[in-house]
Amino acid sequence: MVPEALFFSALLFVIGVVGVLTRRNAIIIFMCVELMLNAVNLSFIALSRLYGASGQVFVIFVMAVAAAESAVGLAIIIAIFRHHETVDLKNINLLKG
Amino acid sequence: MLQAPPPLAVPGGAHPLTGSVAELVWLLPVLPLIGFVINGLISLFTSYHPGPADPSAPHDHDAPPSPPGHGASASHAAHGHDDHQPRRSAWHVVVSIVGPLVLLLAFALGVAIFVAIPAHMQSPFIRTYFAWMPVGTDLPLHWAFQVDQLSVMMVLFVTGVSALIHLYSVGYMRDDPGYARYFAFLNLFVAFMLVLVLGANFPVMFVGWEGVGLVSYLLIGFWFNDKANSDAGKKAFIVNRIGDFGFLIAMFMIWANLGTLDFTSVAAGAASLPVGGVLLTTICLFLLLGCTGKSAQIPLYVWLPDAMAGPTPVSALIHAATMVTAGVYLVARTSFLFSLAPLACLTVAVVGAVTAFFAATIGLAQWDIKKVLAYSTVSQIGYMFIGVGVGAYVAGLFHVLTHSFFKALLFLGSGSVIFAMHAAYHHTHNEDDAQDMRNMGGLRRYLPVTFTMMWIATLAIMGIPIFAGFFSKDEILGAVIARAGDSTMADAHWLGIPGSVILYAVYVLALAGAFLTAVYMTRLMLYTFHGPNRTGEREREHLREAPLMMTGPVVVLGLLSVLGGVINLPAFLRLPAGWTGGLDRWLDPVVGQAALRLTHGVAAETPHELALVGLAVLVAVAGIATAVVRLKPAALVPKRQSAPAEGVERVLEHKYYVDEFYDRTVVTPVVDVSRNVLWKWIDAGLIDGFFVNGSAWFLRGLAGIGSWLQSGQVSAYAWAIVFGLLAVLGAFTLR
Repeated sequence: MVPEALFFSALLFVIGVVGVLTRRNAIIIFMCVELMLNAVNLSFIALSRLYGASGQVFVIFVMAVAAAESAVGLAIIIAIFRHHETVDLKNINLLKG
Repeated sequence: MLQAPPPLAVPGGAHPLTGSVAELVWLLPVLPLIGFVINGLISLFTSYHPGPADPSAPHDHDAPPSPPGHGASASHAAHGHDDHQPRRSAWHVVVSIVGPLVLLLAFALGVAIFVAIPAHMQSPFIRTYFAWMPVGTDLPLHWAFQVDQLSVMMVLFVTGVSALIHLYSVGYMRDDPGYARYFAFLNLFVAFMLVLVLGANFPVMFVGWEGVGLVSYLLIGFWFNDKANSDAGKKAFIVNRIGDFGFLIAMFMIWANLGTLDFTSVAAGAASLPVGGVLLTTICLFLLLGCTGKSAQIPLYVWLPDAMAGPTPVSALIHAATMVTAGVYLVARTSFLFSLAPLACLTVAVVGAVTAFFAATIGLAQWDIKKVLAYSTVSQIGYMFIGVGVGAYVAGLFHVLTHSFFKALLFLGSGSVIFAMHAAYHHTHNEDDAQDMRNMGGLRRYLPVTFTMMWIATLAIMGIPIFAGFFSKDEILGAVIARAGDSTMADAHWLGIPGSVILYAVYVLALAGAFLTAVYMTRLMLYTFHGPNRTGEREREHLREAPLMMTGPVVVLGLLSVLGGVINLPAFLRLPAGWTGGLDRWLDPVVGQAALRLTHGVAAETPHELALVGLAVLVAVAGIATAVVRLKPAALVPKRQSAPAEGVERVLEHKYYVDEFYDRTVVTPVVDVSRNVLWKWIDAGLIDGFFVNGSAWFLRGLAGIGSWLQSGQVSAYAWAIVFGLLAVLGAFTLR
């Protein structure tokens, strides 16, 4: 049971990573980041079977923080959209050296 | 230096001069220094800029009458005509009094010290004033003055001749806009010269040595509006630096080997070094290099003829009578070193002999009256070098003394001539050369006093009996023959040639030089004062004898040129014992020991002395006769009509092209290396290009990479993070 869960967790994480790396739409990248977070949550849940409930407590915390983070992140994306009228990250390079 | 110091203990009990007037020796340089400060301040606060009439131009014939405050318009000389008379500042009188007065006071003090010195004073009277540059305990450099027979002799003639020339300058420079500046410099010169002769150790002497070089530079370029003059000043300064390098190296070597720089301690320490060893010889040769610079000997003589760009009294004082004899003084002062290195002594004598002959040949073909005298000075200093080189220190210094009389006289006389010529040309707005002998001729009718005095000096420099130069020159020539017979130098080998052969060659060169001296001096007198006048019809009536202020010092020097020989009459005159060899006895405590050391401890005897004297006189008379027979002043034409010289004469007129040779071999390569290697390659290329701009370019390139990485593309960062993570994980896994 645990190995399968960890396998799917890794799969989910890689999907998130690939999404972050390849997509240019900020919203989609944001969603992929959430995917990665939840992949980690899945690992926590699975491993709590072996190591006790503290993993599940961790997941609660992660979800709470992720909720706050997505609120802030989406607000930022909306602010960027208002300014640039796009959320394509290719066009958003204000920190170019 | 301005305060009398607490007296220090003199080793070996109280010195006979303790508490005497010699305690005031510090005042000697301070007196002219006070004059320098006063005149310098006056010069600073009353200075004005030369107006449209350039004061350095010899003839400003288009110049409007000088406006008030623009002062004189003539550089070389004045002119006694009312509409040309410039307005002088009220300070002029102050300068005229202060300038010479401090020198007269210094001379009086020198005489007082001279009188106070007891007969046979064996040890020098040394006063240490303050620790000057104490470097640890190894090099306690003190500011110390030394009174002994040698330094007092130098003090007397430096202050005496300076005082006369200061008085002369009051007349000569009276209309110059830089009058106060001139006297400030002249005073400063005497102050440094006195430091030079009074210094009790090498560094103090070196201060004076450099100081007189500085003032020499300032006064050669006194009329700096003319580029040629300031170039001549720079040349003198730079050529002297080469010599000073030798002096410094010698000082370093002395200190490194003996641990002291005081003359007395070095004299004591040098005795322990191997006689004739490489070390002593090297030290002496470096000292000699310093002397050839300051005293204008081969190979560094080239600056002195150019130094004639300065005012003529300066040429008389600095570039004939005093400063240029500093090299002779240095050899005599360090006789305790030279007498231990026979090879160095031989070198000194050879340098002197070659210079004496070589410069005399150049003097034969010069047309500028001051240039002739300049080469004559180089030649005569050569004789002094022969004297101190062969260990006849008294003879060399005797020639310094007599030469300072008759050469100062010759220069001041030529100054009077130029003064008169310039005034005449200035009057008629003629732009001819006031210093060219081809424009002179027959001046004896117009300048009778100068004419008489110049002939006295001419006879003195030729070595005609009873005149001062006769005694000193013959003493040098006799000393060479005496040393060639029996001395440590005669025993030594110089470049494989026996020393005695060298010394005989030195004698022959010196004798030939004496012949040439007679020729070129007779030539100078014939062309300047005899024959028809070539100045020009209108100018002739303006030729006038110089004022009393100028002829006075000239006459005094004339008397000295006649009587100067009295101070050291030779023994062959068979006079009562007290009459002969005065200078010999006077200087014996300072240089006697060193002179004896070179002659195996027995006093040098000149064989066939009377015959040698007769030969020297004969040679001089032959020179006069040759010049009188061969030269035709009547056939001479003024400079602007003369054809260029041909053949040998042309080579001589161009001074053997030595300046051109130095230019090609030294100046041009140095300039080229400086320009192409040091400037363009090292400075502009390596330092500016590689180090300064190169480091900037390197960092800019580095920053470019950083900037390129910082693309602002978030996904690029994400890729980097992932690859970095994979690399770290891979590294951990594969470990």
